Amino acid sequence: MKIGVVTFPGTLDDRDAQRAVRLAGGTPVPLWHADTNLHEVDAVVLPGGFSYGDYLRCGAIAAQAPVMQTIIEKANQGLPVLGICNGFQVLVESHLLPGGLIRNENQHFICRDQILEVENTSTAWTNQFELGQHITIPLKNGEGGYIADSETLKRLEGENLITFRYVDVNPNGSMNNIAGLRNERGNVVGLMPHPEHAVEAGFGPDMPAAMRSGVDGLKFFTSVIHSLVNA
Amino acid sequence: MSNNKTATNVDTTKEAKSTPDKHQPWKELGLKLEEYDEIKTILGRRPTSAELAMYSVMWSEHCSYKSSKIYLRQFGEKVTPEMTKNLMVGMGENAGVVDIGEGWAVTFKVESHNHPSYIEPFQGAATGVGGIVRDILTMGARPIAVMDQLRFGAPENSDTRRVVDGVVAGISFYGNCLGLPNIGGETVFDKVYQGNPLVNALSVGALRHEDLKLAKASNPGDLVILFGARTGADGIGGVSVLASETFDSTGPTKRPAVQVGDPFAEKVLIECCLELYKAQVVAGIQDLGGAGLSCATSELASNGQAGMRVQLQNVLLRDDSLTPEEILMSESQERMMAIVPKKDKAAFEAIVNKWEVEYSILGEVIKEPRLYINWGDEEIVNVPPRTVAHDGPVYDRPVAEPKYQKALNKNTTKNLAKAETPEELATQLIQIVTSPNQASKNYITDQYDHYVGGNTALAMPDDAGMVRVDETSSLGIAIATDANGRYGQLDPYAGAQLALAEAYRNVATSGAVPAAVTNCLNFGSPENPEVMWQFKQATAGLADGCLELGIPVTGGNVSFYNQTGDTAIHPTPVVGVLGVIDDVARRIPSGWQDAGHNIYLLGTTEEELDGSVWSEVIHDHLGGLPPKVKLQEELKLAQALQAASVQGLLASAHDLSEGGLAQALVESTTRFNVGARVYLDELEEKNKISKTAVLFSETTARVLVTVGREDDVKFVGLCEQRGIPITRIGVTDTEPTLEIQNIASWPLATLRAASEATLPELFA
Repeated sequence: MKIGVVTFPGTLDDRDAQRAVRLAGGTPVPLWHADTNLHEVDAVVLPGGFSYGDYLRCGAIAAQAPVMQTIIEKANQGLPVLGICNGFQVLVESHLLPGGLIRNENQHFICRDQILEVENTSTAWTNQFELGQHITIPLKNGEGGYIADSETLKRLEGENLITFRYVDVNPNGSMNNIAGLRNERGNVVGLMPHPEHAVEAGFGPDMPAAMRSGVDGLKFFTSVIHSLVNA
Repeated sequence: MSNNKTATNVDTTKEAKSTPDKHQPWKELGLKLEEYDEIKTILGRRPTSAELAMYSVMWSEHCSYKSSKIYLRQFGEKVTPEMTKNLMVGMGENAGVVDIGEGWAVTFKVESHNHPSYIEPFQGAATGVGGIVRDILTMGARPIAVMDQLRFGAPENSDTRRVVDGVVAGISFYGNCLGLPNIGGETVFDKVYQGNPLVNALSVGALRHEDLKLAKASNPGDLVILFGARTGADGIGGVSVLASETFDSTGPTKRPAVQVGDPFAEKVLIECCLELYKAQVVAGIQDLGGAGLSCATSELASNGQAGMRVQLQNVLLRDDSLTPEEILMSESQERMMAIVPKKDKAAFEAIVNKWEVEYSILGEVIKEPRLYINWGDEEIVNVPPRTVAHDGPVYDRPVAEPKYQKALNKNTTKNLAKAETPEELATQLIQIVTSPNQASKNYITDQYDHYVGGNTALAMPDDAGMVRVDETSSLGIAIATDANGRYGQLDPYAGAQLALAEAYRNVATSGAVPAAVTNCLNFGSPENPEVMWQFKQATAGLADGCLELGIPVTGGNVSFYNQTGDTAIHPTPVVGVLGVIDDVARRIPSGWQDAGHNIYLLGTTEEELDGSVWSEVIHDHLGGLPPKVKLQEELKLAQALQAASVQGLLASAHDLSEGGLAQALVESTTRFNVGARVYLDELEEKNKISKTAVLFSETTARVLVTVGREDDVKFVGLCEQRGIPITRIGVTDTEPTLEIQNIASWPLATLRAASEATLPELFA
């Protein structure tokens, strides 16, 4: 299963996302921002980082990159796309997901092991989770506060588009504790926390069982492979 | 090209010959009269203004190490062949390179950005990170982690907040945007750093042996290419003005000279350089940091024993009004200079174009060891590069033991009141573990990304940071840095050795084998004989200590003039130790994760409270002599930990240092919320020491470990066999409580909340 990982100038977690794909059993395919060719990948990950230096607005310039034009087109046709952190910001700027992301409430960058509740398992990227499952995923962002107008929020809640919510701590002041969203079709998912940092024991978040043993993030990637195999 | 080619009064070499007596601002540029005369002797004429700019900046203390050189030599001299056998590149290059096996090498270095970080904390700290990362990149390595060593003034001083906020935000902004995990460091508050905060930054990089790059231009005909950000007016004179003069409120107003960083440009530059290296199109490479083009051109040529012809008007500028002198001195960030064989020009251009990095060809390498720089048709520099880069002045400055030293050493903690009752001891324990220096640093470290890269095996608050280097074999490295300015003030020789010993021990507790040393020596003015004595003592202590421990110094940095008026900071030699671990899965956690394990204290505890946190927090006292240095014990202890780690006997290991056993117990229990029942009577009787010393003594060569029941006999036997003193002091417990028998008992939630509250209360 070929899963593309896009590198924009300033992308930081592309190699981590490629590793996550590999550990889940997929084949990572590097995609370049200036290339409209997706090289026949079966899904795409937009990894974290500071694409184009986060100039203008986080994700705003990346949303206009040549590669995104193809990704937007294919996503609208059902291509599974996962946006992580800066990738989530790119999805929002591309209007593949609604709302916006603003500076953290406390004005600081924050890096922590975050508990999330999985609120929707009928997406390409979450089908291996249990509904209501609590998972631990590292979060690291400076501009992760999710905002939307009340109309949109109502629709997100009503149509069950909120895919992840922060548990115990709302680290960045996100409205309705929103950590991640899906589109109506369920092929596009975006979230601020970083599943690619919770895929390998020894290098993941701390868990009650042992230090750095968290691998909850792996299921994002096994989910997409599962959904592609069964498509 | 839009350069300021019409500049009228360009001072040429021709002009210099015809106007030998023209007055030049050598003094304003920080040169001494003898140094100015020396330049004239070298050139056989007065320097042009461009040459004067180059010499003044390259002969500044910061670039030339003129006051420290005679002492730094001993790091290269006090070595054995065994110590240097894994050293691929030693001192003198941008950073030392150590062979760690399996075809891998690592390069690491710590550098100061103290003065800029006081003037403009955010940009000062940010560009400090950027600069050290480029040093690592220059060696051909992919940077894989950063750490920072921060020292601020008194937390209650109103200016401290400005500096803390700016520095932490600057490191967070720049480091996080570069995609480098921040895996540890230090944060210390002390009023001696009020006007002179110390912002040291460390970076480490990994490379395959064959990818090693050196900063030299040796093949005539190769192109000299400047690439990366454009050159602007930032940091002009920053090196000589900021790093070589003490802040003095009565002096002339200095033009703001701190550089401004763009981590996005640097991230792109890193990936671009790594791709250039991979394509093997670069014969030599140098980053542009302090002294900018002056440094890069002269060092590349001098290192390659060759020369260079450069057309300065080819430099791409942000500001067309820059003069040639300013272009030569500009410290604009995110720039690199590559030496590229002509046959590889097209390949070079394809790669930099792919990354949309701007470049310009400045000239080429020549055989004659001479650096010629032209401004259009006019020759403005014609110098032997070695005289600029390497043969600067060397001073053997006067040294004198400080007049206060003997009285300071006599003023011990012996007569300070010690706690008599359990209640008093318990109160002091809480006072100590919640004091700003001992409290949780989460408020700061939570602002740093320690996940990026996916290879972080240990990070703060563990004793050492650890990253995997090879994903297939799990080969990795550990790094710890330490310094204690209070110990340094009491005895700079011992102070440097204690910093070394602690960093060494921290690496050993992680399960890695200590392999190499870097340092950042932060001191006051070298023109003060008492400071120079401290420097002489500290460097001797560090070199002797490294020889005894058998690990080489691979490089480092000196920061002088950390003083306000006549008051210097405490001697603060930051020592970083790098260790190698064959399998990072074997790393030893510092926190406790399981109940029912035996808790052992390894080493002997003595009544050593002089210079301690206890003396500072409880009595606001500094005097006496620091804890004894016990390098032979450290060696034995490290080897025992290593053996126990290989056999998988240790559930955790945590070094004892500032705050003593009390601090280690609180950190180990609160880390993962695993409690403990501890009894200290045996320790008190066996070592014949006070209860205060049991809890707070800072005796060295001690480690707190936990061992599962099944490994207990084996581990105790291992220690006894190796002559490591071992005392069982308790057992870990499911109950989330730290109970110290006959003293007090605290719920871990209370301890943790108290420890985590301190910094936010001060700075949030």
